[in-house]
Amino acid sequence: MNVTVEIPSAFRRFTAGASKVDCQAATLVELLSQLEGRFPGMARHLRDESGRVRQFLNIYVNEEDVRFLGGESYTFREGDRVMLVPSIAGG
Amino acid sequence: MSENYHLRCRECGRNWGNQPRSFCEECFSPLEVTYDYDSLNGPAIRWSIESRPRDLWRYAELLPLPDRFRPSFPVGFTPLLPALRLAARWGVPPGVGELFIKNDAVCFPSLSFKDRVVAVALLAARRFGFETVSCSSTGNLANALAAQAVRQGFQTCVFVPADLEAAKILNSAVYGARLVRIDGNYDQVNRLCSQVAEKLDWGIVNVNLRPYYAEGSKTVGFEIAEQLGWRLPDNVVVPMAGGSLITKIKKAFDELILLQMVEPRPVKFFGAQATGCSPISDAVKRNLERFEPQRPRTIARSLAIGNPADGPYALKTIRDSGGWAEDATDAEILAGIRTLAETEAVFAETAGGVTAAVAAKLFRQGRIRPEETTVLCVTGNGLKTTDALTQDLVIEAPLPPRFDEFEAYLDQTAAGIGGRN
Repeated sequence: MNVTVEIPSAFRRFTAGASKVDCQAATLVELLSQLEGRFPGMARHLRDESGRVRQFLNIYVNEEDVRFLGGESYTFREGDRVMLVPSIAGG
Repeated sequence: MSENYHLRCRECGRNWGNQPRSFCEECFSPLEVTYDYDSLNGPAIRWSIESRPRDLWRYAELLPLPDRFRPSFPVGFTPLLPALRLAARWGVPPGVGELFIKNDAVCFPSLSFKDRVVAVALLAARRFGFETVSCSSTGNLANALAAQAVRQGFQTCVFVPADLEAAKILNSAVYGARLVRIDGNYDQVNRLCSQVAEKLDWGIVNVNLRPYYAEGSKTVGFEIAEQLGWRLPDNVVVPMAGGSLITKIKKAFDELILLQMVEPRPVKFFGAQATGCSPISDAVKRNLERFEPQRPRTIARSLAIGNPADGPYALKTIRDSGGWAEDATDAEILAGIRTLAETEAVFAETAGGVTAAVAAKLFRQGRIRPEETTVLCVTGNGLKTTDALTQDLVIEAPLPPRFDEFEAYLDQTAAGIGGRN
C-alpha cells in the first residue's frame, strides 16, 4: 500500500529536511522497518531496545491514534496518511 | 544569565540549557527543569520563605525564575483546610488522624491550580521573547492563561474542545483572549497545538514551554508542607488528567527533603480519575506496564485526557510510593461534590468530586488509614461546572410572598426544619 508519512521537525535531520515521505507498507511494523532502512539514524528514535514503539512517540493514521486501530497489527489501506507526533504535550 | 537551573532529559540526562523545548531530540523523552541544589542552603531558604508575602513567589529559589524577578501578582497560597466533618462522614473518629483539603478552588486569579503553572510559564515566555502565547486546554488552563497573559500584554490564543462547559468558555472569553473552539476532544486539540508549535513562533505553555510551566505545580506541594508546619503528610490524593500534578507534588516533597527543609517521610501518592477517562488508574489497577489510551466519556471534563503525556511518570510515582489509583463514576462524582460542599463548605468542580469520591473509596478499602495524615487536592471551582449539578440538585418551585403560604409549605416539609414557635 502507498502510505504518506508526515515527519516531525525533530526527525527531519534524518530525512534531509523532507517533511513528508512516501512509503509502501502493509503494516505498521513494515512501515517502521522501511523508515529505519531508508533513514538509519531514525531507528532508535522510533523503537526502544525491546523493539516496541517508543513510549513518548504517538503515531496517528488519518488523524486516529493507531492504538485505537489495533496498534502494530493495523493493516494499511491505499493512501493512508501517517503522522508521527512527540507525545510530550498538554495536560 | 546566571540562573541555577537548566533543562535536563528525564531519561538520558542530557543538558539542554534553557530554551523553549519540551522533549529531548536524542531520545524523544521529556525534559525537566533541574536545579543546582548544591548551591542552595535549605534551612536559610526556609527562613527567608517565611518572611515573604503569602503567594507562590515565596518559593522563588525552587522555581525557574529570571534573575532579579520582582513579582507583582499574588498567585497561589491557597488554604489548607482541616476537614473534621468530612473525616467524620467517612467514619474517621475525632482526634485519631488528620484530614485536610488543599483548596485551589479559590486560587487567584481564575479559581484553579492552573493559575500556578501559568504564572511560571509566562516568565519563561517573556524571557524567550515570545509575543504570542497559547495553550491547549480542557478549560481551566485556558481561563488561567487568558486572565494572566492578557494582563501582561501578550497576544493570547487559547484552544479548547468546542463542547466544554459554558462557564469555562465564558471564563476565557471575558479577558479578551482569542478563543479557538475545536470540533474534537482534548487529545485532538492537543495534537493540533503540537503542530502549531512546529509552524508558528508561539510560546505554547503546555507544549514548548512545558518544562517551565510544569514547575509551577510544585508550589502545591511546597504549600502543603509549609502549611502542615514544614512537615510531609502520609498520603496525598491528587486528581489526574495529563498526570503532571501528582509527579510535581512528589518532586516538591523530594526537594524539601533533599534540602533538609522537612524531615524525610515516606508519602503515599494516590491518583484519582473519572471512570469514563481512566487510563492511568486502569493501568494501576490492572498492573499494566504501559497505560492504554481511552476515548473520554465523563462529566469531569477537566480530567478528560485519554492520552496523558505524563501518564508513565504518574504511574511510576504512584507505584514507587506504595500508593494506588481509583476512579469514580459520574454519579459518584456528583455525590463527591455535594459531600465536600455539605461538610466543609468547599464547592469544587467535577474534578474535586472525583478526588472526594476516590478518597472515600480508598478509606473504605483500608488503603488510607484513619490514624494517618491525608491531604486531598481540590484543583478547581464548582462555579465553573454547575451544568453537571443541574440534574442532581432539586430546586423547589417558587412560593408566593405571603407568610400563610410559607407556613403551609413548612407543614408539608416539616421534617428536619426546626425553630417554629
